[in-house]
Amino acid sequence: MVQVQERPAESKSQEVRGKVITVKDLSAFYGKSRAVDEINMSFQPGEITAIIGPSGCGKSTMIRCINRMHEEIVGASISGQVLIGDDDIYSPETSPMRIRRKIGMVFQKPNPFPTMSIHDNVLAGLKLNSARLTEPEEEVVERCLREVALWDEVKDKLQTSGVALSGGQQQRLCIARAIAVKPEVLLLDEPCSALDPIATLKIEELPIGMRNEFTIILVTHNMQQAARVSDKTAFFLGENGKGGRLIEFSSTTEIFTTPKEKRTEDYISGRFG
Amino acid sequence: MVEQKNKPRRLKSREAVGDTVFRGLTLGTSLFVIVLLVGFVVLLLSDSGESIVKFGLSFLTSSDWNPVETEVNKIAFGALPFIFGTIVTSIIALVLATPISLGAALFVSEYAPRWIGQPVAFIIELLVAIPSVAYGLWGLFVLVPFMRDVVEPFLQATIGAVPMIGALFAGPAQGQDILTAGVILAIMIIPTILSLSREIITQVPKLQKEGMLALGATKWEVLSKAVLPFARGGIIGAAMLGLARAIGETMAVTMVIGNSSTKITPSLLNPGYTISSAISNQFTEADTAVYFSAVVELGLVLLLVASLFNVVSRVLVTNMAKLPGGAKA
Amino acid sequence: MSALVVVSAEVAQRGELRKLLRRQVMNSFMAVLVTFLSVLAVSILFTIFGHIVVNGYSSINWDFFTQIPKPYGESGGGIAPAIAGTLIMLALAGVVAIPIGLGTAVYLSEFGRGRFASSVRFCLELLAELPSIVVGVFIWAVLVRSVTGYSGLAGAAALVVIMIPIIAKSVEEILHLVPDSLRESALALGLPRWRVVLRVVIPTVLPGILTGVVLAMARAAGETAPLLLTALGNSFFNLQLNKPMAAIPLQIYNYAIAPYDDWHAKAWGATFILIVVVAVLSAAVRFYTRSKKIETR
Repeated sequence: MVQVQERPAESKSQEVRGKVITVKDLSAFYGKSRAVDEINMSFQPGEITAIIGPSGCGKSTMIRCINRMHEEIVGASISGQVLIGDDDIYSPETSPMRIRRKIGMVFQKPNPFPTMSIHDNVLAGLKLNSARLTEPEEEVVERCLREVALWDEVKDKLQTSGVALSGGQQQRLCIARAIAVKPEVLLLDEPCSALDPIATLKIEELPIGMRNEFTIILVTHNMQQAARVSDKTAFFLGENGKGGRLIEFSSTTEIFTTPKEKRTEDYISGRFG
Repeated sequence: MVEQKNKPRRLKSREAVGDTVFRGLTLGTSLFVIVLLVGFVVLLLSDSGESIVKFGLSFLTSSDWNPVETEVNKIAFGALPFIFGTIVTSIIALVLATPISLGAALFVSEYAPRWIGQPVAFIIELLVAIPSVAYGLWGLFVLVPFMRDVVEPFLQATIGAVPMIGALFAGPAQGQDILTAGVILAIMIIPTILSLSREIITQVPKLQKEGMLALGATKWEVLSKAVLPFARGGIIGAAMLGLARAIGETMAVTMVIGNSSTKITPSLLNPGYTISSAISNQFTEADTAVYFSAVVELGLVLLLVASLFNVVSRVLVTNMAKLPGGAKA
Repeated sequence: MSALVVVSAEVAQRGELRKLLRRQVMNSFMAVLVTFLSVLAVSILFTIFGHIVVNGYSSINWDFFTQIPKPYGESGGGIAPAIAGTLIMLALAGVVAIPIGLGTAVYLSEFGRGRFASSVRFCLELLAELPSIVVGVFIWAVLVRSVTGYSGLAGAAALVVIMIPIIAKSVEEILHLVPDSLRESALALGLPRWRVVLRVVIPTVLPGILTGVVLAMARAAGETAPLLLTALGNSFFNLQLNKPMAAIPLQIYNYAIAPYDDWHAKAWGATFILIVVVAVLSAAVRFYTRSKKIETR
């Protein structure tokens, strides 16, 4: 039985950043094989949405369609639309790079840039793109590292290499790097699956603190994590050869206490997956 | 808005100008590489065309190399002595180098503990870094006198006295001859054969070795009955690679082979030419169009022969893993 | 009856023993042989190195590096023109070969898929296997005969052909070692491909790339045959690219085959320098790359 925590009463402050992300009839293909099948869902700004489901149900593929990373794979394609507000991110005039600056991503395996220091890693998204900084470097670095609860641990060794940290610290560094470019959306692709339980817990606390500042989409195979962290949860399931489908999507409380679909209930109670 | 749902849209992301330029530049350099090779082959073919047409097969079969037209001898370019020299020196090199390289490879991978084997292999493979002309210099001033004063008289006194085979060592021992060229080539190709053999030997699946050891076989029996048969194709491939290198070698050979006689004799103690040493020796004299064409044709022949052995080597090495007796480890 | 059995058992046992002994002798013999062959190979190397060091060292002095050769028979002088010529041709060849080699390697590793890329790789293999004298013949036929004559330019062109495949192949191998996750995280930050390659991928393996370039240069510095047919060599000081140019390996060759002892001594000296530069660089670089791995955890 999965525990759902009581969330503090929503204080919808005026400064919810970002627009609604809408996914319309989205299917994703690797060559001819369909990995994701006609997904329709939307993500409200400032909310944390978890996507759960067994391995191979297309969760990662779908979020990679949202920041246009899916197309970097040779032979990959999509049909359908992904909208930020009213703008289709796949329109021909839109460059994927612009989208990726608005929609950041943290990957499963922490991958800070090995030749750069912690300081430079945080700023990488800005400096490598030759973006003009509106604040001084040190302030950006401190702000981002504080937000990922890494500042106290590394503030004395900012010039040391990014790969000299532990796995959990590296992943927090990657999150700091992702938020330094001030995206509207943050995609977290199973960010804790390569980490130990303690590091996992530390990272799980972060999205809650970032709510309202970013729209967060968290892919996870860890249901407890989804229950602890998210406002809404989506359950994906892949049927053989037909790609992953959205089975159920509602508030986290509802999904985990009163799921409407039998398949959802089966998954949550551990009957498969 | 009704969208076409059933046809997956080919993603055409609008790349920034930078990406297009970048891709174009790197594509350009790659094209250059292809053009370079193709141009290389085409040019060699076309420039040797005159000689090919004029002399045809006799280029390869005749021993008449007369660049200068006289009353008695017409101009002729028969490269057989050079081809002969290349073949003989390469065979000598192969015969001498392969056992040494193979032995050293076995030593390094099967006998010696790692802390001995690695440095030994490293040192022997340093031989590869020595430039050809350095080998030539050493060959000329050290090896040649040694061959002339020590080895060749010895060979003449022993094998030279045996009928028939003795003809291999007939004639005055001058030092600068085919045999010495073969020896220096052998030294030069040892590291080539060694490093490839090492790789191949380590690819032999341990299961086979352990199985034999468990049956009470001695180390040598494991090697000779399990490892070497499995690795045989690859080792031959390594030898072929060494052969290809020996065939193409120029400077070291040209400095010790004498470059003086275009007569084909059975004696290894006679000076001679190889294709590459002939090119290096004669190119400055190629003042007529047909002479020039003949020299280019020599280069073409050399290229074809060396490439042939390179291909054979690659085929043997990559197919080794597919031979019956074991999957790739 | 039983006596026969006992006797034949003994005989059999002795036979077994003999066979075992034979096998063990064979085993020991091969072990010794193998060791001997390795010692032989190692001693050959030391002999060659030793001769070069011993014979060459005495020729090395300041004059050797700075003076031009003296005419036949006169002692003294140096190989300054050869050193200058080698450096000039290497630099010129590098300016052309390094970008082309790098560009090709980047294309193959970052973009290349399918038949075109395989063809490029195949061409690189073939180019790498060309006997160096044939490279010389090629440039001789293309440039020397009709365009530039025997010249430093032609020499540099020959070195370009030799260097390109070495650089391209080693850099491509190195780029393949960079894990894709690195490229992905850079792309996910919104960087265009060209920035990903230039600012993330290449800096990560820059030491390895430099290694490949240095190795290519070391190879080119020691090449004689291609330069023989192109730069030809020069006994006078010449820095002009349109005339025959000296180079260290060419100088060694010309000195070695001449009849003068003094020139022979200089040949040893020049070889010594060449060995020190080429072999030490190669060895150091090889040693360095063995202990370096890409740190990405």
